[in-house]
Formats: sequence, C-alpha cells, structure tokens
Amino acid sequence: MKRHALSTRLWHWVNALSVIVLFMSGLTISNAHPYLYWGQWGFQPSEAWLHVTRFPWWATIPSQYSLAIARDWHVLFAWVFAISLLLFMLVALVNGHFRRDLVTRRREWKWRLFAQEIRQYLRFNFAHTGGKYGAMQKLSYAVVIFILLPLMIFSGMAISPGIGASWHWLLDMFGGRQSARSIHFLCAFALCAFTLIHILLVLLTGPFGQMRAMIFGGRVDETA
Amino acid sequence: MRRRSVLAGLAAFGVTGCSKISETDTFKGLVKTAEGMHHRAHRALGGQRLAREYSVADISPTFRGNGSVDIPTPEYRAHEAAGFTDWRVQVGGLVERPLNLSLPDIRALPQRTQITRHDCVEGWSAIGQWTGPQLGPILERAGLRPEARYILFRCADLLYGAPYYESCGLDDAFHPQTILAHQLNGEPLPVKNGAPLRLRIERQLGYKHAKYLTGIEAVASLNSIAGGEGGFWEDRGYQWYAGI
Repeated sequence: MKRHALSTRLWHWVNALSVIVLFMSGLTISNAHPYLYWGQWGFQPSEAWLHVTRFPWWATIPSQYSLAIARDWHVLFAWVFAISLLLFMLVALVNGHFRRDLVTRRREWKWRLFAQEIRQYLRFNFAHTGGKYGAMQKLSYAVVIFILLPLMIFSGMAISPGIGASWHWLLDMFGGRQSARSIHFLCAFALCAFTLIHILLVLLTGPFGQMRAMIFGGRVDETA
Repeated sequence: MRRRSVLAGLAAFGVTGCSKISETDTFKGLVKTAEGMHHRAHRALGGQRLAREYSVADISPTFRGNGSVDIPTPEYRAHEAAGFTDWRVQVGGLVERPLNLSLPDIRALPQRTQITRHDCVEGWSAIGQWTGPQLGPILERAGLRPEARYILFRCADLLYGAPYYESCGLDDAFHPQTILAHQLNGEPLPVKNGAPLRLRIERQLGYKHAKYLTGIEAVASLNSIAGGEGGFWEDRGYQWYAGI
C-alpha cells in the first residue's frame, strides 16, 4: 500500500497551486483597500480595526498593481480550490483516509500526550508509532481541512453580493459582509502560517523522501 | 505525468510570473468561463430573490462617493441650480415605444424605497436608503423587442476623459430591486452620488451602479459599444458580471 493515495497526492498539488495563487492574488485585492472592518459596512480608515500593510510586488499576483487581473486569478482559482477540496473530501471519506489517518481518538486527547509530542518535535524527533500521524499532526491537518479551508470558501462567498442576495443566512452567520471579509483575511494568514510550518517540518524530516512520497506515493513502512 | 506537470506549472510561476500568463488567450478564455459559471451559479442559487434590506438603524453615517463625484461643466451646474427639473432620460434602442422622461416624470411613477448595502470592488461597503421607480415597468412600457438582450446605461460624466457607461442582462434589469434612484436617505441624490439619477443594481458591485443617468438603451449585443466589453471599467479589464 502506498503511503499517500493517488487522490491525496493529486489534491495536495492542485490545492497547493490554488492556495498559492489565491493567497498572492488576494494580497493584491487587499492592497486595493487595506483596511478591515467588523459588521455590515465600513469604508473609512478611521472605522477600521486593522490597517493592513501594503504588500510588496514580489508577493502579489500580478506583480504590478492591477485589481482587475488579480480578481480574474482569484475568482478563477476559487473554482479549482473549492471543487478539488469537495472531491478530495468525498474520496477521503469513502477510501477511509479521514477515519484511518485524521480522526483523533479520545485517548489521544490528553495534554500530557500533546506536550510530549511537542517536546519530541522540539528535539527534532519526528518518529511516532501507532498510526501514520501524531495526534498534534492529525489535529492540525483536521483543523485545516475541516475548518480553515471551508471557512475560506464560505467567507469568500459571503463577500460576494450575488451570493449574499441568495443566501442571507450566510451573511448573518459571519455577522455582516465586512466581518466576513475580515475573517477571510484572518483565515488566509492562518493558512499561510500552517503552510510555512508544514514546509519547515518537511525540510526537517528528509525533504527528498517526503517530496518523493507526495509525488509518487511512497511506502507505508517508510518513517513519516 | 499529470503530477509532474503540476510541479512544472508551479515552477513556471516562479520563472515567468503570472503577468505573462494573464495576457494569453487561454487565460482570458478561462476567466470568461469562470465569469459565466459564477453568473449562472448565482442565478441557480437565488433566482430573483432580493438582496438583504436593512433597517434605518443600519444606515452608514455618510455614503462615500467614488469614481466621478462631480461633473464640472456649465451645463451640469445650470441643471444643479435649477434642481434638475429639466434633466431628461431617453429610453430607446430596441424598443417599440421610445420614451423621453423628465425628472418630474420619474418622480411621478410608482416608487420603491430600499435600504441596501453598496459593495465597492475595492472591498469597502456602505449602507443607504434609495428611492426611485423600478426599471422593469419602465422597460415594459417602452416594450422590448424580442432581440433585446442587454440594457445599456448612458451617463453624463466623463471618467479619465471617457464617457462612463454600464450594462446589465435582462435578469438584473427586471429584478425588483433594480431602480432608478433619485433620493438617498430621503433627500435628493447628492452630486457626489450621481445627482439627479443613478442606477441601483443591488446584486452587483458598485461600478455597475451607473450615476448621472441620461439614457437607457435596449441592445442585442455589447460588442460595438465603446470598448465592446459592456462598461467603462469592463473596457479596462474588470468583469462584466460583477456579482462577486
């Protein structure tokens, strides 16, 4: 059996590409009005709870400021992102990936075990027994897949006036369009933090083996 | 192979940059497809459901003016001094009975008042109360010819030296909240917000809400009008369906 199923590997790379495009084009969109508000409305910097920094050219898509082109990239890859996540979730539900590898058991929910795992990580010891992933690892993947990624999609939809007209409940769920916009922004940076830690951990645990496994599948008995 | 091409694609981003890709016909085609998918998905989800209407307490203390905020011509100043009583809106194009409506004619039509949220493409929002007649009954009175597919809005203002204009499909033209607003928060429309008359097209972004309205035309195609993309900002790369 492969360490990573074909569906997981395909989704991983399609998702990586769409998240990078969405994040970088999102930074251009943020530059268009770098102020965040809570509630339904907000348009003056004095009402903002956050004055966002202006993101530099090398971090944005496109590299020169163009809100029109950034929006083209953003809403095109929103489809790729949402549909690939939905397909991955369906397949992972059916093939047992979620149940086998991501669901944490009650016995894993112990502060002592979490603390122990973090201590091991800080000593650069990444081997764990009894399952593909450690409890912390499962939990962070689960938070990203089941909370952060769907929140990105739903907060993004709540910002759209076309969707807001159809789904008032979505606007209410986030407490208004400007709140949804703030949450969209916060989740994007939470995802950015996850991605950086994820890449750091890959670099610390044998990046060539990890990349090979995420591309060609790898074998289950390889150390994680 | 597909996996490797995904990786190759990732690498290509770093090397060539997205600006080059943005200019290719393939990319533009994909963007148009996504735009159509958004439009169809939004209508499939909501049909002609109404955008959120708010209470008086939700109205924002001021309503930001954006884009053109004045028309610095003697003609417009004269209209402003006269309270816009001679301002006229032509309803024409592919219609059976062209109309020539004055501002008093427009005020005499059945009115709709709605407190709605205005979302700018830049990201900000403001809430205001708008009053004016619905566009649908006006178009019905003029009688659309069967070949009419879009409604075009002509404006009196120039932005960066070019005439502002906009357009929408019949779905939005006949939406109950699509009105020709001549009042904001119970007062005559301020100059910065498009006096004396502006479009409200509540399920789309701010740039669709044409201000300083002078003409409404039914057309079969947008290709031969100005830049051919159906609006001032559309001709400058923005999406025609601005529901997202």
